[in-house]
Amino acid sequence: MRSGRAVGESGRLIAVEGIDGSGKSTQLHLLEQWLRHSRLRVFKTEWNSSDVVRKITSKGKKKGNLTPTTFSLLHATDFADRYERNIAPLLHAGYWVLADRYVYTAFARDTVRGCHPSWVRSLYSFASQPDIAFYFRVPVDVAVDRILSGRPKLKFYEAGMDLNLSNDIYESYRIFQGRIIERYESMVGSDNLVVIDGAKSIEEQQRVVRERVSKLLPRDVARVMLEVAAREV
Amino acid sequence: MLEGPDSSGRTTQIASLTEHLEAEGHAVLNTGLKRSELISEGIIEAKRNLGIGKRTLSLFYAADFADQLENKIIPALHSGYVVLADRYTFTLMARDTVRGMSRKWCHELYGFAVVPDLVFYLDVTPEELVHRVFQIRSSLDYYESGMDMGLSEEMYESFILYQRMIATEFRRMQTRYGLVRVDAERPVAEIQRDLSTRIDGYLSQNDK
Repeated sequence: MRSGRAVGESGRLIAVEGIDGSGKSTQLHLLEQWLRHSRLRVFKTEWNSSDVVRKITSKGKKKGNLTPTTFSLLHATDFADRYERNIAPLLHAGYWVLADRYVYTAFARDTVRGCHPSWVRSLYSFASQPDIAFYFRVPVDVAVDRILSGRPKLKFYEAGMDLNLSNDIYESYRIFQGRIIERYESMVGSDNLVVIDGAKSIEEQQRVVRERVSKLLPRDVARVMLEVAAREV
Repeated sequence: MLEGPDSSGRTTQIASLTEHLEAEGHAVLNTGLKRSELISEGIIEAKRNLGIGKRTLSLFYAADFADQLENKIIPALHSGYVVLADRYTFTLMARDTVRGMSRKWCHELYGFAVVPDLVFYLDVTPEELVHRVFQIRSSLDYYESGMDMGLSEEMYESFILYQRMIATEFRRMQTRYGLVRVDAERPVAEIQRDLSTRIDGYLSQNDK
């Protein structure tokens, strides 16, 4: 990831990170609503959402012979597509770009799979650094239970079954997510991730998120936005 | 490894080299760009969709390459095969660099690739390449002409300019990576003899 931003990128980039079930998507959605409500131009992008790449990735996942390197490169391809086509142009156009997962997801997942950390980082060196990157910290069991109660069918790679952590897919998933958390935690200091306590209420978390984001706005605008939101609650 | 532009004669040479090596008792594996079952369709489709970005296409090729490397090339090498690659990372790096991606990035991207034992670069002037293309096909390929780079609106001109840039990149990589330049404007049989001699020499030296 390049440090700072490219010339001409006048928009704002905000990323949310965390394991599945950490509540990050909910928080991003609420943030999005708040920004839109204040008439700001917002665009949201999600991990693994490139149409171009999805077909290939899902075919490969079904066959089950994707090595960590190939897997990592496919995710990087998906990201590059979204970056070149959406994120970069929108940042240049002055939009607020909200990313549900950003490069940190790759740094965490790919290295858990055994890819060399500096190699993965060099892949993403073309991507701009976010203005804020939130990391939603939850105990692994809390997050895992949220996911498993809502959607019981886990997929092979999603559960990290390619890593031979366990023969039981649920156990594998738990261990896999735990390892990803370890990686996230190790990045907090070095990558300036803003830690949000996922154990707090949704409202409380959002309050902290909005406060941080408001620092990116001109002071008077931020004040009005926060006041309006407070009145509506 | 055989590198070189389209129509430089790689396919012909690889075919005869394969025959030659097999005749000598070596097990041979042929691989090439865009031949990964997984990703090749995607790349073809993506290229048709002209909205795809340079970085994206570059990573797509890298993923295809990684898939082939890890599922075909490395297992074959472990089993004692001779792997003849119709293009390897060098073509990809040249294409990417010429399109503006930093050499450092390209070099790091392919950091996971096995270092080849021998790399031959089939050198043909762009002008001669055009003739060869038109002997087989009726048109120049869009990407091989660098038309996505806006070098010229005229395809022939674009092709010449683009191929010159690629050739310059290859000359640079020659020194850096030890590529062996082969004059591919000679008769097919002559080139074939040249390549087989060099490869035989290498194999016997290294007792494979």
